Amino acid sequence: MAETATAKRTVKFIITRRDRPDSAPYKEEFEIPYRPNMNVISALMEIQRNPVNAQGTKTTPVCWESNCLEEVCGACSMIINGKPRQACSALIDKLEQPIRLEPMTTFPVVRDLIVDRQRMFNALKRVKAWIPIDGTYDLGPGPRMAESKRQWAYELSKCMTCGVCLEACPNVNDRSSFIGPAPISQVRLFNAHPTGAMNAHERLEALMEDGGIEGCGNSQNCVRSCPKGIPLTTSIAAINRETTKHMFKRWLDL
Amino acid sequence: MSGNSYYSRKLHSLLGVIPLGLFLIEHALTNYSAFEGGKEGFAESVDFLHGLPLIFFLELILIWLPIAFHGIYGLYLAFTSDLNVTRYQYGRNWAFALQRITGVVTFIFVIWHVWTTRVQVALGNTSYDELGSHMHSIVSQPAYFVIYFIAVLAAVFHFANGLWAFLVSWGITVGPRAQRISSNICMGIFVIVSVLFLLSLFAFRSDEFAAAGAALGSISLG
Repeated sequence: MAETATAKRTVKFIITRRDRPDSAPYKEEFEIPYRPNMNVISALMEIQRNPVNAQGTKTTPVCWESNCLEEVCGACSMIINGKPRQACSALIDKLEQPIRLEPMTTFPVVRDLIVDRQRMFNALKRVKAWIPIDGTYDLGPGPRMAESKRQWAYELSKCMTCGVCLEACPNVNDRSSFIGPAPISQVRLFNAHPTGAMNAHERLEALMEDGGIEGCGNSQNCVRSCPKGIPLTTSIAAINRETTKHMFKRWLDL
Repeated sequence: MSGNSYYSRKLHSLLGVIPLGLFLIEHALTNYSAFEGGKEGFAESVDFLHGLPLIFFLELILIWLPIAFHGIYGLYLAFTSDLNVTRYQYGRNWAFALQRITGVVTFIFVIWHVWTTRVQVALGNTSYDELGSHMHSIVSQPAYFVIYFIAVLAAVFHFANGLWAFLVSWGITVGPRAQRISSNICMGIFVIVSVLFLLSLFAFRSDEFAAAGAALGSISLG
């Protein structure tokens, strides 16, 4: 039989696990059968089907979070071989083994690879990252947006609040209240919208408070890490310009 | 200012360039006169500075207060940053880490440097006329020379890279191209100002500055 001639190919994993939010993290190794075209999610599914670690001991299945499996939802962010990225687009064939999986460190860990990204959604609320169009009567059509501008804004709208930029940022940590790169770029997006621009000052003012845009230290790791290629540092600098202008406008009472 | 960190951070960024960055350049030029004009050239530059009207208030408002705020608030900012260059080995991330490291180095150095020079003048242990030979007695000691050499590079890097960050933080350089060009210009400033300081350090080591005040200088170091 051919099976005896060729050794079975396997994929090795070292996964940083945690049973409860308050319990200590530990590492567990897994060795699973190789299949062509695997990604980290399908490997985790294999562990779920057969939760046995590399020592052959039965263990609890590794928990993770994922939805879309096409890098648009942002749910499966984790640290893969040292870099934060999406597990769904991390192809096994392109990863060095053993593959090291860790939960992101900037966010509280819920269990194993699942983190709580609530602070990102709170940040979007804080900067009012939406277009207010609701009223007690029909407000009629809003101003038009130029097609060229819409295409430009589309790049910023690709943000999926995955948290990778906050993970890579050295200024987002326990000792700092910095809001992080993603919501700053969202302020630029919604302030660029013709209707959103009507509330531009509210979003700028939300970033001109403790933990706002001033927390940026220009390490520029965010723009190097963003899985969607969003020009985060350009957004930050553009909002730096807008908040600076807004500051002088308020002082001079223009 | 009402304790909003947006304004304190903006002020911190501004003070680093105006007046502190301008003062650093002035300091480099004054020192360079020791290289260019020797002992007399340096003495003339020092005389000119101390002949300025309202010199006490100029020092207080343009140097002491800005340094105190920028240094103390900067220490706090450095403490609130993580250094993650092992995981993210990008040039700008290195600059981010170095900005914090050189900031702390510079602040500690400046305290020591002010103590051994300006404060000794105030205490009467040396005088403006003897500053050249006073510096000679300090930098001709190898350990102090090495400290000066490193600290000068740290201070100038902190200024040059801080100038780059100032341009970003105030929204002057927005796009990647503008930031790349300003980065090249700032690194050019780093090289030029460093050379000015280092040439003057070597000039202070020369025998010309050894003269009379050497004995006094070594006393004041104690």
